[in-house]
Amino acid sequence: MNELQFLTWVRGPGLNLAISIFLLGVFVRLFEIYSLGRKKDLSEPRNVGGASGINTVFRRSLPAEGMLKKSPISYIGGYIFHIGLAIIVFLFVPHIKFFQGLLGISWPGLPSQLVEFVTIVTIVTMLVILLDRITNPVKRYLSTFQDWFTWALTFLPVLTGWLAVRHLLLPYTTMLAVHILMVELLLVFLPFTKLFHAFTVFGSRWFNGTVNGHKGVAV
Amino acid sequence: MAAAGHQAEEALQQAIKDNFGKYLLIVDGSIPLGMDGAYSTIGGRSNLEILKEVAKGAAAIVAMGSCAAYGGIPKANPNPTGAVSVADVIKDKPIVNVPGCPPIPVVMTGVLAHYLTFGSLPELDKLGRPKAFYGETIHDRCYRRSFYDQGKFAKTFDDEGARNGWCLFELGCKGPVTYNACATTKWNGGTSWPVESGHGCLGCSEPDFWDAGSFYKALSMPATPLKTVGVAAAAGAAVGVAISFANRAKKSAAKAAHETTTLPDLEK
Repeated sequence: MNELQFLTWVRGPGLNLAISIFLLGVFVRLFEIYSLGRKKDLSEPRNVGGASGINTVFRRSLPAEGMLKKSPISYIGGYIFHIGLAIIVFLFVPHIKFFQGLLGISWPGLPSQLVEFVTIVTIVTMLVILLDRITNPVKRYLSTFQDWFTWALTFLPVLTGWLAVRHLLLPYTTMLAVHILMVELLLVFLPFTKLFHAFTVFGSRWFNGTVNGHKGVAV
Repeated sequence: MAAAGHQAEEALQQAIKDNFGKYLLIVDGSIPLGMDGAYSTIGGRSNLEILKEVAKGAAAIVAMGSCAAYGGIPKANPNPTGAVSVADVIKDKPIVNVPGCPPIPVVMTGVLAHYLTFGSLPELDKLGRPKAFYGETIHDRCYRRSFYDQGKFAKTFDDEGARNGWCLFELGCKGPVTYNACATTKWNGGTSWPVESGHGCLGCSEPDFWDAGSFYKALSMPATPLKTVGVAAAAGAAVGVAISFANRAKKSAAKAAHETTTLPDLEK
């Protein structure tokens, strides 16, 4: 298999396989999770001002009191790389072209140079976060294989994408194919790992907020 | 008048004899291996047989064009004649690939001039192509590159973007993955080249470019239709529903099996 055949495979059969597994997994897990339900709470709701599902969805995007100072890398780094990833994935013009080819809808993108700057910031931030996970004894103790694995699954598409754009390490054709392959790996594993929070984060916040509000937890 | 028929064959044999071990062999076209090479014959002998014989006395071989370099269109899936490249047949001689469909004239002469001038072969890349001509992609040398960086693309061959000379990426240009010198040397004595005339690069100097998806599909688009995606989504939903029913059944079973605890039970 030469590099063009490799690229054609990841753009064709590989992509088909990855998106198929991704959709299969996403639907299985969404149905599984949201059909679980809970036993009806028969107690009188003790509503407290501000305590609701919707409120919690937004509030949990902000650090709890004092936590920003205690764990600045987790919070600030977390913001930076999540926003960075969103910008890279959804506002880089070739990526928009990809979505357009898949979904038929398109939107304006950002200049490539700006996206590249965001990419470098994201790469550095993700490395800092990894270093923090390694050096912080508590975080290291709490980390399982999945934490390291999902970090790599998220990091590699960003890194290889940047290397491809910059023509580093491998010829562009090969690096582009590797980049697409990394994205496909991410797609394949996303529904079955903690990366699935991309789909469930707001749902679970809403659920917790509602339960807490019912119990009268002041937030 | 140039020799033809038996005279040409005689001239070939004479040239081999006179310059054995010193001549450059220039090969044009792929070599069909099917039916013992009978798909292409000259003077009753297969191309395979002739190539093997002529290559013996060659100092080096120049595979001219994508067919000789990679097998070319004859090798396109399903390759009915079993076509292969020169490098697939000859393993013991240095081979310079000058791919392109067709290859750029100045690149062909450039390779020969290099050999005649320096007495050695030019520096080659992984695919046996001279780095001097195939060192960079069309995209990186394209005069329309700035439009790509700005996100300005022609959407059809006759829209405003096309008339303004914007990037042809969306119309399927394979410039980003094609290593060749078209963007710098141009064609027909520097008159123009495909992108300048408004058509995207086909990628003709890359191996198997004919089997790399449509010429008119952007590189960012799926190369082949995503056939199983809908089925997978439906299957996922079905499995999800099945799991939810199983979970509910488990819950009801647990509820039914629930035994109430009484005060005496606790005092036991």
